[in-house]
Amino acid sequence: MKMTGAQALIKSLEMEGVEVMFGLPGGCILPAYDPLLDSSIRHVLVRHEQGAGHMAEGYAHVTGRPGVAMVTSGPAATNMVTPLCDAYMDSIPMVCITGQVPTTAIGTDAFQECDTVGITRSVTKHNELVMTPQGLPLAVRQAFRIATTGRPGPTLVDVPKDVLQNTMEWYWPTDAEVNDSLPGFRPNIKGHPRMIKEAAKLIVAAERPVLYVGGGILKARAAEALRELAEMTDIHVVTTLMARGAFPDSHPLCLGMPGMHGNATAIAALQRSDLLIALGARFDDRITGKVSTFAPDAKVIHVDIDPAEQGKVRRPDVPIVGDCRLVIEELIRAIRDLLQGGAVRADTSAWKSRLSGWREQFPLHYEPNEAGEALKPQFCLELLRDSAPEGTVVVSGVGQHQMWASQYWKFDEPYTWVNSGGLGTMGFSVPAAIGAKVGRPDRTVWAIDGDGCFQMTAQELVTASVERIPIKVGILNNSYLGMVRQWQEMFYDERYSEVYLSPELPDFVKWSEAMGCVGIRVDSPEEVQPAIDKANSIDDRPVVIDFRVDAREKVFPMVPAGMGNDDVILPESQMPRKDALR
Amino acid sequence: MSTINHHILSVLVQNRPGVLARVAGLFARRDYNIFSLAVAPAEDEGFSRITIVVDVDSAPLEQITKQLFKLIEVVKISELDPHRSVERELLLATVKVSPEHRGQILELATIFEGKILAVGLEAITISLDGHPDKLDDFEELLGGYGIVELQRTGRVALPKLEREARVRAVKGKAG
Repeated sequence: MKMTGAQALIKSLEMEGVEVMFGLPGGCILPAYDPLLDSSIRHVLVRHEQGAGHMAEGYAHVTGRPGVAMVTSGPAATNMVTPLCDAYMDSIPMVCITGQVPTTAIGTDAFQECDTVGITRSVTKHNELVMTPQGLPLAVRQAFRIATTGRPGPTLVDVPKDVLQNTMEWYWPTDAEVNDSLPGFRPNIKGHPRMIKEAAKLIVAAERPVLYVGGGILKARAAEALRELAEMTDIHVVTTLMARGAFPDSHPLCLGMPGMHGNATAIAALQRSDLLIALGARFDDRITGKVSTFAPDAKVIHVDIDPAEQGKVRRPDVPIVGDCRLVIEELIRAIRDLLQGGAVRADTSAWKSRLSGWREQFPLHYEPNEAGEALKPQFCLELLRDSAPEGTVVVSGVGQHQMWASQYWKFDEPYTWVNSGGLGTMGFSVPAAIGAKVGRPDRTVWAIDGDGCFQMTAQELVTASVERIPIKVGILNNSYLGMVRQWQEMFYDERYSEVYLSPELPDFVKWSEAMGCVGIRVDSPEEVQPAIDKANSIDDRPVVIDFRVDAREKVFPMVPAGMGNDDVILPESQMPRKDALR
Repeated sequence: MSTINHHILSVLVQNRPGVLARVAGLFARRDYNIFSLAVAPAEDEGFSRITIVVDVDSAPLEQITKQLFKLIEVVKISELDPHRSVERELLLATVKVSPEHRGQILELATIFEGKILAVGLEAITISLDGHPDKLDDFEELLGGYGIVELQRTGRVALPKLEREARVRAVKGKAG
């Protein structure tokens, strides 16, 4: 069957099972938008290409399927760099199609030409410039295979305009052909049996073990296996920022989030542990603090599908390269075998009572609203959380609001927390929430945003209104770049430099209304609940609540950058008893 | 120029556009140092072999190879121990020759088994191939006479046959 490259591209995407893509057309990608009219694929027309990328990410976060974005060449491709890098850092499966100037014009500095493959090389798992229409189906198949296999990540296919316009004889490469075309791509998914046995021995012998769980658990769809492992071994779990929801916060074994703004118990659990069982976690600097002082007495079992993560930051005693779900299942078997063979579990009761002591003494804490005083952001979050319908997906931007959301929300289900962890992309939440809602239209989706973040990508609310994607946005508006303000207050002698955003401008209610949303402003504590109830009752358009919150509020606990976890700063009232964490 | 802190990686890659840029970009991005680099098509059609001499003071070799392995087009990496591999490099040098030194330089070239490629009135161009250490010595000795221009290729290497068992193929292709 003869068809154009454009038709082959769209057909290839259909063959890959794409149901929706996010994009914005332009000169070089124009030919691909014509067959799209006749395609089963839904296209969400964004207002800025960065939005398309983050939407694809949000979609991938909640569905586990690769998010797809399609944009044109030049500035559109450069606008895609941030989402690609974000997806790369957080291992999000994503496929991006970019238009390129015709093959005959490549290298001539043609209109809207840029070296897309060169620019995106270091922010994609792989990218490819396709020079013939005949090469398109294989390039698309490779892009999806690479994005979703092994450690997931973003891929990019760059397609010159004439490649879209010229004709080809349709063919669809077989699995074997795709495999043969990628001789260097053979991810190892099954853990080494000897290493798994070693790990089981360490687990049985540990007196102070902790399951240190990262985003890889979610990528591997391993939440159930993790729960079985934790319950069988009765070992407590900390969930990193990327793994919130991978283990239920309501579970008695869940200690919550460790790290720079983690809770004191989760931080201390890692610090005092004698065995870290790291599952799909990468010892990020936000978790370890100063590496040389991190978990000094702990042996480390490190399970990760990416061999390069083994020993990158902390040398593991038992490295296991493999898919987290498969490895955990094997680990469970190996531990059972050991115990049935007569091995005796070390006594962990002293450790458990220490943990529960810490939890009692060091709960998350903020000073509640005083009558007539400014609204506390944590209070808004608590009411949002308690009023949220079951299964609500929370999507955050980056900064104080993100940390509070992660701290105060109770995540009891995987894939209900979407955020930008590695890259820390301000402006992530609104478009990512839209993508998440497209992926899970049955769920309520709350974007928790800051006023700084919101102003970076708010225009995508027009997309949400027009496309009838009714997300909800709660802006914790303190008229500051709040996290920067916090650092300047604490570490720069309260010298506030370029962090004050106008409290009057923009008018978030009017702005939201102009974009087709319902806008609500909340100034005082008693207005919070009615506003949330109203927002939750609206399902035919996006809603934005502008919570005017106390700018002086800071995120605690906090491990100052470059310091060790034992230097954690706790809420004032808990500081006198901090030594108990030793 | 000693090889003590250097390791040789022989990297088999798919011969496709941009592969060298990916490899070079990875080294730059992760702050690893390349000491020398040589690329050419390998024995199998469709593949190239990149011989990279890595300055392992910049990062642990293990981390470098693992990151390299994550490149989709990298098919195989062998780490060659300098003591258990054969290494060769090519040097071209144009050297000033005054009448009184001409004989000495020619003699030097003969001792090192170099070839005279071009002869001018005041300079000659010599080629020398061999172990990089030998090239180092030659270069040092020529230096005394005044080197006008010098170009070295960077080393290429293969495992010594009788010791082939000692070649360590780096395990664990990345996902």
